[in-house]
Amino acid sequence: MHIKYESFVREPLVDGNKTYHQVSEDIIRPIEGKPGRMWYVGFFFSIILLCFGIFSVSWAVYWGLGTWGVNRTVGWGWDITNFVWWIGIGHAGTLISAILLLFRQGWRTGVNRAAEAMTIFAVMCAGQFPIWHMGRVWDGFWVLPLPNSRGPLWPNFDSPLLWDVFAISTYFTVSLLFWYSGLLPDFALIRDRAKTKLRKMLYGIASFGWTGHAKSWQRMEMLALVLAGLSTPLVLSVHTIVSFDFATSVIPGWHTTIFPPYFVAGAVFSGFAMVNTLLVLTRKILHLEEYITIGHLEAMNKIIVLTGSIVGVAYLTELFISWYSQSWGEMAAFQWRIMGPYWWSYWAMMTCNVVSPQLFWFKKLRRNVPFTFVMSIVVNIGMWFERFVIIVTSTYRDWVPGSWAYYSPTWPEVGFYLGTFGLFFTCYFLFAKYFPVIAVAEIKFILKTSGDNYKRGHEKIDAMTPEELTHAIHESHEDAHDAVLAH
Amino acid sequence: MGIKKFAVAAYDDEAVLFPAVKKVRRNGYKIHDVYTPFAVHGLDEAMGLKESDLHIAGFIYGLCGTSTAVGFISWIFTSDWPINYGGKPHFALPAWIPITFELTVLFAAVGMTLTFCYLNQIMPGVKKHVFHPRQSDDLFVMAIEINAHTPEAEVTAFLRETGAKEVNVQVAESGWWYGRWDKKEPYELLATV
Repeated sequence: MHIKYESFVREPLVDGNKTYHQVSEDIIRPIEGKPGRMWYVGFFFSIILLCFGIFSVSWAVYWGLGTWGVNRTVGWGWDITNFVWWIGIGHAGTLISAILLLFRQGWRTGVNRAAEAMTIFAVMCAGQFPIWHMGRVWDGFWVLPLPNSRGPLWPNFDSPLLWDVFAISTYFTVSLLFWYSGLLPDFALIRDRAKTKLRKMLYGIASFGWTGHAKSWQRMEMLALVLAGLSTPLVLSVHTIVSFDFATSVIPGWHTTIFPPYFVAGAVFSGFAMVNTLLVLTRKILHLEEYITIGHLEAMNKIIVLTGSIVGVAYLTELFISWYSQSWGEMAAFQWRIMGPYWWSYWAMMTCNVVSPQLFWFKKLRRNVPFTFVMSIVVNIGMWFERFVIIVTSTYRDWVPGSWAYYSPTWPEVGFYLGTFGLFFTCYFLFAKYFPVIAVAEIKFILKTSGDNYKRGHEKIDAMTPEELTHAIHESHEDAHDAVLAH
Repeated sequence: MGIKKFAVAAYDDEAVLFPAVKKVRRNGYKIHDVYTPFAVHGLDEAMGLKESDLHIAGFIYGLCGTSTAVGFISWIFTSDWPINYGGKPHFALPAWIPITFELTVLFAAVGMTLTFCYLNQIMPGVKKHVFHPRQSDDLFVMAIEINAHTPEAEVTAFLRETGAKEVNVQVAESGWWYGRWDKKEPYELLATV
C-alpha cells in the first residue's frame, strides 16, 4: 500500500466530502433522471439548426456550388474557414487526454471525458466541409485509394489535401477509441446500478461486458498510456497537415514556414476556449461544481493565455517576415490585410486573439466564471476570424488585378455553418444526458490523493521533514514488496 | 471455464484489500480474481500478475502500418501508375512521411484496441457474472474458487478474518457468454437459491 499524499500547495481537485459511492451518485444520477426543461429547449433548438443545415447543404448539392459566394479568386471561402475552425476546436480533447496524461497533470481527470467528446463532435462537424465542398459529392470516395476501373487510377499521395484525408480520419478513429475505451468501466457502473430493464440491457451492450478484474485494469492502463503516446504526435500532426494545405502553395500570405506551429498553437487556443464554454454551462446545469472546480477553469485559462500569446507572436512574425523578405507580393498581401477592404476581419482577429486574452494574467479574472465564459466565446470568434483572414484576404486579390473581387457568403454557406452548430450541440446534448460527463473511475483513482476531505487528513504527512517522509515511503514500499515475496 | 463455486469477499477500502490479498496468498489459496471499481495501482503486483505485453503488440501493429504505407505508395508511384508531377521524383519519400505516420498510428491504435478487447474477452453482447453489484461502484471484490483443496467452510471463515465487509458463496459461470444483461440465465436463478 503506497502512501497517498499530495502537497498542500496544490488545491484539491474534488471539493466537498466525497466517498467512492458519492462520486458515482453525483455523476450518474443525471443520467438516471429525467432531463430538465433547459435540456429540452436546447436540444430542440439544436435539432432545428441541424435541419436548417441539412436543407442548406441539400440546396447547394442540388443546384451546385454556384449557390455559394465563392468565386474565381476566393475558392475556399466560408466553407474551408469553418473546416479549419472546427478541426482546431477538435484539438483540445486529445491534448487534454493525451499530452496532459503524459505530463501527469491530475486536473485533466475532471474535464477529459467532456473534452474528448467535444473533440469527436467537432471533428465530425469539420469533416462535413471538405466533403460537401467537393460539389459532386457522390464521387467523394475517389479520395480513397480503392482499386477502380479507371486504370486503376490512384489519388496523389504527394498532395497535402490527401494527407489531410488520412490525418483527419485517423485522428477521428483514434480519438474515438481512446474515448470509448475509457467509457467502458463507467458504462459498467451504470449497468450494475440500473433499476430499469431497458437501461440494464442498453448499458450492458455498451459496456462490452466489462467487470473490472485486475488484469483488465492493468491492460486498460497500458492501452491508455500507449494511445496517449500515439495521440500526442498525432494531435500535433493533424493541424500541421491542415496548415500544409496552405503553406505548400505559392500564394503570398500562405507560403510561410511558420504555419505548422502557429496553427497548432491556435488550435489548442480555440479548443480550450470551447472546452471552457461547454464546461461552464455543463457544471452549472448538472451541478458538477465540485468536480469541475474553479481550479480546473483557471488551469485552462492559463493555457489560453499561453497559446494566445504564441499566436500573437506568430502574427507579428508574419508581418516582420513579409517586410524583411522585400517581396512585393508578400508585402502587398499583408498591407491589404491590415488596411484593405477586409481590414475589419484583421482587427477583429487581433483584438480577440492577442489583446483580450492578456487579461488572463490577472488571477482574479482567471478565476471569475462569467468572465471565463465571455472570454471563451470571444476567443472562438477571434479564431474564426483568423481562418477567414488567412483564407479570404490572401486570395481575393490575386496575381491578375482584373479578377480582383470582394467575397461575401450566401445563405446556403451561412446555413451550412449554422447546421454544423446544430450537429455539434445535438451530439453534445445527447452526450450530456446519456453518458457520464466526468470519468467516474478516474475521479475515484485520484480521490484519496486530491479529494478535499482526504487532503484535510494529510496534515501529519505535510508536517514531516524530508527525511521522515522518505522513511515513511520506504516503509510503505517494503509492505508492498512483502506481498510479492509472500507467495 | 464452466460453472464453479466461489467464496466471495467484498472490501470497502484498498487499505484493507492489500493486506487481505497478501494473507490469502501467504496461506496458499489461489485467487480467482479481484474486481475493482477503478485501477488500483500495485494490485497486479500484489496478486502476482505479470506485466501486460500489450505495448509490444502495439509496436508490431505500428510496424505493419508503416510498411503498408511505404510499400503501397512506392508500388503505386514507381511501378503501377507513375505520374510526373512537375518533374518531381517518383520515389518521393519525404512527401510520404505524413501518410506513413498516420497509418502507423492508425494500425497501432486499432490493432491494440482490438487485442485489448480480445484479451479481456469483451465485446458488445458479451455477458459475465458480476460477483457484487457494487464492484463497479465502491467495493473491492475478491473471489476464490472452492474445490477439494479449498473447502467452503474453511475459506469463508478465513476471508471473514481478513476484514471483509461481506462474505458469501456463489455458484457462477467463470467465463463469458452471449446474453442480455436484463435477463437472468437459468444457472443464475439456481445460484441464488
